[in-house]
Amino acid sequence: MIISVASGKGGTGKTTVSVNLARTIGAGVQLLDCDVEEPNAHLFLKGREIGSDIVTIPIPTVDESLCDGCGECGRLCRYHAIVSFGSAPLVFPDLCHGCGGCALVCPRGAIRETGKRIGVVETRDADGITLIQGRLDIGVAMAPPLIRAVKSRLNREKTAILDAPPGTSCPVIATVRGSDFVVLVTEPTPFGLHDLGLAIEMIREIAVPFGVVVNRMGAGDDRVHRFCRDEGVPILLEIPDDRRIAEAYSRGELMVDALPDYTDHFATLMWNIRDFRNSGGK
Amino acid sequence: MKVAFTTSGTTLDSPMDPRFGRAAGYIIYDMDTDTVEAVDNRQVLNSAHGAGIQAAEAIVRFGAKSVVTGHCGPNAHRALSAAGVRIYTTQAPTVAEALEAYRAGALATLNSADVDGHWS
Repeated sequence: MIISVASGKGGTGKTTVSVNLARTIGAGVQLLDCDVEEPNAHLFLKGREIGSDIVTIPIPTVDESLCDGCGECGRLCRYHAIVSFGSAPLVFPDLCHGCGGCALVCPRGAIRETGKRIGVVETRDADGITLIQGRLDIGVAMAPPLIRAVKSRLNREKTAILDAPPGTSCPVIATVRGSDFVVLVTEPTPFGLHDLGLAIEMIREIAVPFGVVVNRMGAGDDRVHRFCRDEGVPILLEIPDDRRIAEAYSRGELMVDALPDYTDHFATLMWNIRDFRNSGGK
Repeated sequence: MKVAFTTSGTTLDSPMDPRFGRAAGYIIYDMDTDTVEAVDNRQVLNSAHGAGIQAAEAIVRFGAKSVVTGHCGPNAHRALSAAGVRIYTTQAPTVAEALEAYRAGALATLNSADVDGHWS
Protein backbone atom coordinates (compact mmCIF):
# COMPACT_ATOMS: atom_id res chain seq x y z
CA MET A 1 0.00 0.00 0.00
CA ILE A 2 1.20 3.51 -0.84
CA ILE A 3 0.18 6.19 1.66
CA SER A 4 0.91 9.85 0.85
CA VAL A 5 1.09 12.41 3.64
CA ALA A 6 0.16 15.84 2.32
CA SER A 7 -1.29 19.16 3.51
CA GLY A 8 -2.29 22.43 2.01
CA LYS A 9 -0.58 24.59 4.59
CA GLY A 10 3.11 24.10 5.34
CA GLY A 11 4.31 23.35 8.85
CA THR A 12 1.24 21.38 9.92
CA GLY A 13 3.18 18.20 10.71
CA LYS A 14 3.54 16.12 7.52
CA THR A 15 7.05 14.99 8.40
CA THR A 16 6.08 14.35 12.03
CA VAL A 17 3.25 12.09 10.89
CA SER A 18 5.37 10.42 8.17
CA VAL A 19 8.39 9.52 10.29
CA ASN A 20 6.37 8.41 13.30
CA LEU A 21 4.06 6.33 11.16
CA ALA A 22 7.10 4.74 9.49
CA ARG A 23 8.67 3.90 12.88
CA THR A 24 5.36 2.49 14.12
CA ILE A 25 5.04 0.19 11.09
CA GLY A 26 8.70 -0.70 11.63
CA ALA A 27 11.35 -2.57 9.68
CA GLY A 28 10.58 -3.23 6.02
CA VAL A 29 8.57 -0.05 5.47
CA GLN A 30 9.76 2.51 2.92
CA LEU A 31 9.65 6.24 3.57
CA LEU A 32 9.98 8.43 0.49
CA ASP A 33 10.80 12.07 1.21
CA CYS A 34 9.27 13.76 -1.83
CA ASP A 35 9.73 17.28 -0.45
CA VAL A 36 12.81 17.49 -2.65
CA GLU A 37 13.30 21.23 -2.18
CA GLU A 38 13.93 20.72 1.52
CA PRO A 39 14.02 17.04 2.50
CA ASN A 40 14.04 16.68 6.29
CA ALA A 41 12.92 13.13 7.18
CA HIS A 42 16.60 12.17 7.51
CA LEU A 43 16.89 14.50 10.52
CA PHE A 44 14.60 12.10 12.42
CA LEU A 45 15.48 8.76 10.80
CA LYS A 46 19.24 9.03 10.83
CA GLY A 47 20.65 5.68 9.71
CA ARG A 48 23.39 5.33 7.11
CA GLU A 49 23.52 6.11 3.42
CA ILE A 50 23.45 3.04 1.16
CA GLY A 51 23.24 4.72 -2.21
CA SER A 52 23.14 8.00 -4.12
CA ASP A 53 22.23 8.51 -7.79
CA ILE A 54 22.37 11.61 -9.95
CA VAL A 55 19.08 12.44 -11.67
CA THR A 56 18.98 14.22 -15.03
CA ILE A 57 16.27 15.44 -17.36
CA PRO A 58 16.66 15.30 -21.13
CA ILE A 59 17.07 18.69 -22.78
CA PRO A 60 17.40 19.37 -26.50
CA THR A 61 20.67 19.98 -28.33
CA VAL A 62 20.33 21.28 -31.88
CA ASP A 63 22.64 20.25 -34.70
CA GLU A 64 22.67 23.52 -36.65
CA SER A 65 24.06 21.84 -39.77
CA LEU A 66 20.86 19.78 -40.05
CA CYS A 67 18.34 22.46 -38.93
CA ASP A 68 16.50 24.36 -41.66
CA GLY A 69 14.74 26.73 -39.25
CA CYS A 70 11.24 25.40 -39.89
CA GLY A 71 10.19 26.21 -36.30
CA GLU A 72 8.15 23.02 -35.65
CA CYS A 73 9.98 22.52 -32.33
CA GLY A 74 9.08 25.98 -31.07
CA ARG A 75 5.43 25.63 -32.09
CA LEU A 76 5.17 22.39 -30.12
CA CYS A 77 6.81 23.57 -26.90
CA ARG A 78 4.19 25.04 -24.58
CA TYR A 79 6.89 26.14 -22.12
CA HIS A 80 8.74 28.22 -24.76
CA ALA A 81 11.93 26.37 -23.85
CA ILE A 82 12.86 26.16 -27.52
CA VAL A 83 12.08 28.95 -29.99
CA SER A 84 12.99 29.55 -33.58
CA PHE A 85 12.96 32.82 -35.51
CA GLY A 86 13.47 31.26 -38.90
CA SER A 87 16.96 30.08 -38.06
CA ALA A 88 18.43 27.43 -35.76
CA PRO A 89 16.35 27.49 -32.55
CA LEU A 90 17.38 28.87 -29.19
CA VAL A 91 17.14 26.50 -26.22
CA PHE A 92 16.32 27.73 -22.71
CA PRO A 93 17.29 24.75 -20.50
CA ASP A 94 15.77 26.21 -17.31
CA LEU A 95 12.32 26.23 -18.89
CA CYS A 96 12.56 22.74 -20.41
CA HIS A 97 10.36 20.07 -18.81
CA GLY A 98 12.23 17.28 -20.61
CA CYS A 99 9.25 15.89 -22.54
CA GLY A 100 11.29 15.17 -25.67
CA GLY A 101 8.53 16.44 -27.96
CA CYS A 102 10.80 18.80 -29.92
CA ALA A 103 13.11 15.92 -30.93
CA LEU A 104 10.09 13.90 -32.03
CA VAL A 105 8.54 16.58 -34.24
CA CYS A 106 11.79 17.76 -35.85
CA PRO A 107 11.45 16.67 -39.50
CA ARG A 108 15.20 16.86 -40.07
CA GLY A 109 16.30 14.86 -37.03
CA ALA A 110 18.39 17.84 -35.97
CA ILE A 111 17.50 17.62 -32.26
CA ARG A 112 18.95 15.08 -29.88
CA GLU A 113 18.54 14.96 -26.13
CA THR A 114 21.29 15.33 -23.58
CA GLY A 115 21.02 14.94 -19.81
CA LYS A 116 20.92 17.98 -17.55
CA ARG A 117 21.50 17.28 -13.87
CA ILE A 118 18.67 18.42 -11.56
CA GLY A 119 19.48 16.66 -8.28
CA VAL A 120 20.17 13.38 -6.51
CA VAL A 121 18.20 10.51 -5.02
CA GLU A 122 19.73 9.19 -1.79
CA THR A 123 18.82 5.90 -0.16
CA ARG A 124 19.39 5.39 3.55
CA ASP A 125 18.77 2.55 5.97
CA ALA A 126 17.47 3.53 9.41
CA ASP A 127 16.94 0.43 11.56
CA GLY A 128 15.28 -1.48 8.74
CA ILE A 129 13.30 1.52 7.45
CA THR A 130 14.36 2.35 3.90
CA LEU A 131 14.46 6.12 3.52
CA ILE A 132 14.57 7.32 -0.09
CA GLN A 133 14.93 11.06 -0.49
CA GLY A 134 15.28 13.45 -3.38
CA ARG A 135 17.49 16.50 -3.11
CA LEU A 136 16.96 19.12 -5.79
CA ASP A 137 20.07 21.04 -6.84
CA ILE A 138 20.23 24.69 -5.80
CA GLY A 139 18.83 26.94 -8.52
CA VAL A 140 16.73 24.21 -10.16
CA ALA A 141 13.04 25.13 -10.29
CA MET A 142 11.52 21.87 -11.49
CA ALA A 143 10.76 19.36 -8.75
CA PRO A 144 8.36 16.85 -10.43
CA PRO A 145 10.96 14.94 -12.53
CA LEU A 146 13.05 14.39 -9.38
CA ILE A 147 9.96 13.34 -7.41
CA ARG A 148 9.17 10.79 -10.12
CA ALA A 149 12.76 9.52 -9.88
CA VAL A 150 12.32 9.08 -6.11
CA LYS A 151 9.05 7.20 -6.66
CA SER A 152 10.60 4.96 -9.33
CA ARG A 153 12.72 3.40 -6.54
CA LEU A 154 9.61 2.34 -4.64
CA ASN A 155 9.09 -1.40 -4.09
CA ARG A 156 5.37 -2.01 -4.53
CA GLU A 157 5.55 -5.26 -2.57
CA LYS A 158 6.09 -3.29 0.63
CA THR A 159 4.24 -0.51 2.40
CA ALA A 160 5.45 2.94 1.35
CA ILE A 161 4.87 6.31 3.02
CA LEU A 162 5.35 9.37 0.80
CA ASP A 163 6.09 12.64 2.59
CA ALA A 164 4.75 15.27 0.17
CA PRO A 165 5.74 18.92 -0.21
CA PRO A 166 3.21 21.49 1.06
CA GLY A 167 0.73 23.23 -1.19
CA THR A 168 -1.46 21.97 -4.01
CA SER A 169 0.69 22.46 -7.11
CA CYS A 170 2.63 20.18 -9.50
CA PRO A 171 5.14 18.75 -6.96
CA VAL A 172 2.30 17.66 -4.65
CA ILE A 173 0.34 16.12 -7.50
CA ALA A 174 3.48 14.34 -8.75
CA THR A 175 3.80 12.87 -5.24
CA VAL A 176 0.25 11.79 -4.44
CA ARG A 177 -0.72 10.53 -7.90
CA GLY A 178 -0.83 6.72 -7.86
CA SER A 179 -1.21 6.52 -4.07
CA ASP A 180 -3.75 4.21 -2.48
CA PHE A 181 -4.55 6.67 0.28
CA VAL A 182 -3.75 10.28 1.20
CA VAL A 183 -3.42 11.52 4.78
CA LEU A 184 -4.03 15.28 4.91
CA VAL A 185 -2.41 16.85 7.96
CA THR A 186 -3.95 20.10 9.17
CA GLU A 187 -4.21 22.25 12.26
CA PRO A 188 -7.37 23.69 13.84
CA THR A 189 -6.70 27.28 12.75
CA PRO A 190 -8.27 29.48 10.04
CA PHE A 191 -5.13 29.03 7.90
CA GLY A 192 -5.15 25.27 8.40
CA LEU A 193 -8.81 25.09 7.45
CA HIS A 194 -8.46 27.31 4.37
CA ASP A 195 -5.58 25.30 2.92
CA LEU A 196 -7.20 22.00 3.90
CA GLY A 197 -10.13 23.01 1.69
CA LEU A 198 -7.77 23.59 -1.26
CA ALA A 199 -5.98 20.28 -0.64
CA ILE A 200 -9.28 18.37 -0.53
CA GLU A 201 -10.36 19.93 -3.82
CA MET A 202 -7.09 18.77 -5.39
CA ILE A 203 -7.29 15.22 -3.99
CA ARG A 204 -10.90 14.85 -5.12
CA GLU A 205 -9.81 15.87 -8.62
CA ILE A 206 -7.30 13.03 -8.81
CA ALA A 207 -9.74 10.65 -7.07
CA VAL A 208 -7.61 9.10 -4.31
CA PRO A 209 -9.30 8.18 -1.00
CA PHE A 210 -8.25 10.43 1.87
CA GLY A 211 -8.67 11.25 5.53
CA VAL A 212 -7.53 14.01 7.87
CA VAL A 213 -5.10 14.18 10.78
CA VAL A 214 -5.66 17.19 13.04
CA ASN A 215 -2.39 18.25 14.66
CA ARG A 216 -2.06 20.64 17.64
CA MET A 217 -5.56 19.87 18.88
CA GLY A 218 -6.60 22.48 21.39
CA ALA A 219 -4.57 25.27 19.80
CA GLY A 220 -7.40 26.72 17.76
CA ASP A 221 -11.14 26.23 17.35
CA ASP A 222 -13.56 23.56 16.11
CA ARG A 223 -14.03 24.82 12.53
CA VAL A 224 -11.85 22.11 10.98
CA HIS A 225 -13.96 19.49 12.73
CA ARG A 226 -17.22 21.10 11.63
CA PHE A 227 -15.92 21.34 8.06
CA CYS A 228 -14.92 17.65 8.02
CA ARG A 229 -18.28 16.63 9.45
CA ASP A 230 -20.18 18.68 6.83
CA GLU A 231 -18.00 17.35 3.99
CA GLY A 232 -18.12 13.74 5.20
CA VAL A 233 -14.34 13.62 5.57
CA PRO A 234 -13.05 11.13 8.18
CA ILE A 235 -10.74 12.38 10.93
CA LEU A 236 -8.22 9.58 11.36
CA LEU A 237 -6.20 10.96 14.26
CA GLU A 238 -5.93 13.95 16.58
CA ILE A 239 -2.53 14.93 17.97
CA PRO A 240 -2.75 17.24 20.99
CA ASP A 241 -0.98 20.59 21.24
CA ASP A 242 1.62 19.18 23.63
CA ARG A 243 4.79 21.17 24.29
CA ARG A 244 6.74 17.91 24.83
CA ILE A 245 6.12 17.00 21.16
CA ALA A 246 7.69 20.27 19.96
CA GLU A 247 10.63 19.78 22.32
CA ALA A 248 11.28 16.24 21.02
CA TYR A 249 10.97 17.52 17.43
CA SER A 250 13.48 20.30 18.07
CA ARG A 251 15.98 17.65 19.24
CA GLY A 252 15.39 15.56 16.11
CA GLU A 253 13.69 12.83 18.12
CA LEU A 254 10.74 10.76 17.04
CA MET A 255 7.58 11.30 19.05
CA VAL A 256 7.01 7.58 19.43
CA ASP A 257 10.56 7.14 20.82
CA ALA A 258 10.68 10.16 23.13
CA LEU A 259 7.05 9.99 24.27
CA PRO A 260 5.96 6.34 24.29
CA ASP A 261 2.42 7.31 25.31
CA TYR A 262 1.94 8.43 21.69
CA THR A 263 2.85 5.08 20.12
CA ASP A 264 -0.79 4.03 20.24
CA HIS A 265 -1.80 7.15 18.30
CA PHE A 266 0.13 6.09 15.22
CA ALA A 267 -0.91 2.44 15.52
CA THR A 268 -4.48 3.75 15.57
CA LEU A 269 -3.81 5.91 12.51
CA MET A 270 -2.53 2.90 10.55
CA TRP A 271 -5.48 0.84 11.75
CA ASN A 272 -7.91 3.59 10.69
CA ILE A 273 -6.36 3.84 7.22
CA ARG A 274 -6.61 0.06 6.69
CA ASP A 275 -10.12 0.01 8.10
CA PHE A 276 -11.23 2.89 5.87
CA ARG A 277 -9.78 1.19 2.80
CA ASN A 278 -11.22 -2.23 3.64
CA SER A 279 -14.67 -0.73 4.13
CA GLY A 280 -14.42 0.93 0.70
CA GLY A 281 -14.52 4.38 2.29
CA LYS A 282 -17.98 3.92 3.83
CA MET B 1 9.55 50.04 -40.03
CA LYS B 2 7.66 49.07 -36.90
CA VAL B 3 8.77 49.87 -33.35
CA ALA B 4 7.25 48.27 -30.23
CA PHE B 5 6.83 50.29 -27.01
CA THR B 6 6.03 48.62 -23.69
CA THR B 7 3.05 50.33 -22.08
CA SER B 8 0.34 49.97 -19.47
CA GLY B 9 -2.22 51.62 -21.77
CA THR B 10 -3.46 51.58 -25.34
CA THR B 11 -2.67 55.04 -26.77
CA LEU B 12 0.36 57.23 -27.38
CA ASP B 13 -0.54 59.22 -24.25
CA SER B 14 -0.34 56.07 -22.12
CA PRO B 15 2.45 55.57 -19.58
CA MET B 16 5.47 53.47 -20.55
CA ASP B 17 5.68 50.13 -18.72
CA PRO B 18 9.32 49.58 -17.65
CA ARG B 19 8.97 45.79 -17.94
CA PHE B 20 9.38 44.00 -21.25
CA GLY B 21 8.06 40.42 -20.94
CA ARG B 22 5.56 41.30 -18.26
CA ALA B 23 4.42 44.63 -19.67
CA ALA B 24 0.65 45.08 -19.62
CA GLY B 25 0.74 45.62 -23.39
CA TYR B 26 2.57 46.99 -26.39
CA ILE B 27 2.07 49.80 -28.81
CA ILE B 28 3.36 48.88 -32.23
CA TYR B 29 4.12 52.11 -34.06
CA ASP B 30 4.60 52.03 -37.83
CA MET B 31 7.16 54.74 -38.67
CA ASP B 32 6.29 54.66 -42.38
CA THR B 33 2.55 55.18 -42.05
CA ASP B 34 2.37 56.78 -38.58
CA THR B 35 -0.23 54.26 -37.47
CA VAL B 36 -0.64 52.78 -34.02
CA GLU B 37 -1.63 49.28 -33.01
CA ALA B 38 -2.27 48.34 -29.36
CA VAL B 39 -1.52 44.78 -28.26
CA ASP B 40 -2.75 43.22 -25.01
CA ASN B 41 -0.09 41.19 -23.19
CA ARG B 42 -2.10 40.12 -20.12
CA GLN B 43 -2.04 36.44 -20.99
CA VAL B 44 1.77 36.39 -21.16
CA LEU B 45 2.01 38.68 -18.13
CA ASN B 46 0.29 36.04 -16.01
CA SER B 47 2.32 33.05 -17.16
CA ALA B 48 4.58 31.53 -14.53
CA HIS B 49 7.69 31.23 -16.66
CA GLY B 50 8.97 32.25 -20.06
CA ALA B 51 7.19 35.62 -20.29
CA GLY B 52 10.20 37.32 -21.91
CA ILE B 53 10.49 34.65 -24.59
CA GLN B 54 6.78 34.69 -25.38
CA ALA B 55 6.78 38.47 -25.56
CA ALA B 56 9.78 38.36 -27.93
CA GLU B 57 7.91 35.88 -30.13
CA ALA B 58 4.92 38.25 -30.19
CA ILE B 59 7.09 41.24 -31.11
CA VAL B 60 8.54 39.27 -34.03
CA ARG B 61 5.06 38.13 -35.07
CA PHE B 62 3.93 41.78 -35.24
CA GLY B 63 6.89 42.60 -37.42
CA ALA B 64 8.58 45.10 -35.10
CA LYS B 65 12.31 45.53 -35.69
CA SER B 66 12.97 47.60 -32.56
CA VAL B 67 11.72 47.52 -28.98
CA VAL B 68 11.66 50.52 -26.65
CA THR B 69 11.30 49.55 -23.00
CA GLY B 70 12.64 50.20 -19.51
CA HIS B 71 14.49 46.99 -18.73
CA CYS B 72 15.11 43.65 -20.35
CA GLY B 73 15.89 40.28 -18.70
CA PRO B 74 18.32 37.62 -19.96
CA ASN B 75 15.91 35.28 -21.77
CA ALA B 76 14.09 38.13 -23.49
CA HIS B 77 17.37 39.73 -24.50
CA ARG B 78 18.67 36.46 -25.95
CA ALA B 79 15.46 35.83 -27.90
CA LEU B 80 15.13 39.40 -29.25
CA SER B 81 18.80 39.49 -30.26
CA ALA B 82 18.50 36.14 -32.06
CA ALA B 83 15.52 37.52 -33.96
CA GLY B 84 17.50 40.61 -34.95
CA VAL B 85 15.33 43.01 -32.93
CA ARG B 86 17.18 46.04 -31.52
CA ILE B 87 16.45 46.90 -27.89
CA TYR B 88 16.39 50.52 -26.69
CA THR B 89 15.98 51.67 -23.13
CA THR B 90 14.29 54.80 -21.87
CA GLN B 91 12.88 56.36 -18.74
CA ALA B 92 10.41 58.50 -20.68
CA PRO B 93 7.09 58.64 -18.82
CA THR B 94 4.80 58.21 -21.84
CA VAL B 95 4.88 56.37 -25.14
CA ALA B 96 4.66 59.67 -27.04
CA GLU B 97 7.77 61.00 -25.29
CA ALA B 98 9.63 57.73 -25.85
CA LEU B 99 8.67 57.87 -29.53
CA GLU B 100 9.94 61.41 -29.77
CA ALA B 101 13.28 60.40 -28.22
CA TYR B 102 13.47 57.39 -30.55
CA ARG B 103 12.90 59.63 -33.58
CA ALA B 104 15.59 62.01 -32.33
CA GLY B 105 18.03 59.10 -32.04
CA ALA B 106 18.41 59.92 -28.35
CA LEU B 107 17.84 56.41 -26.96
CA ALA B 108 20.59 54.10 -25.72
CA THR B 109 20.67 50.55 -27.06
CA LEU B 110 20.72 47.72 -24.55
CA ASN B 111 23.53 45.39 -25.57
CA SER B 112 22.96 42.93 -22.72
CA ALA B 113 20.27 42.16 -20.18
CA ASP B 114 20.17 44.80 -17.45
CA VAL B 115 17.99 42.90 -14.95
CA ASP B 116 17.53 39.27 -13.84
CA GLY B 117 14.50 37.26 -14.88
CA HIS B 118 11.36 37.87 -12.76
CA TRP B 119 12.84 41.19 -11.61
CA SER B 120 9.51 42.86 -10.87
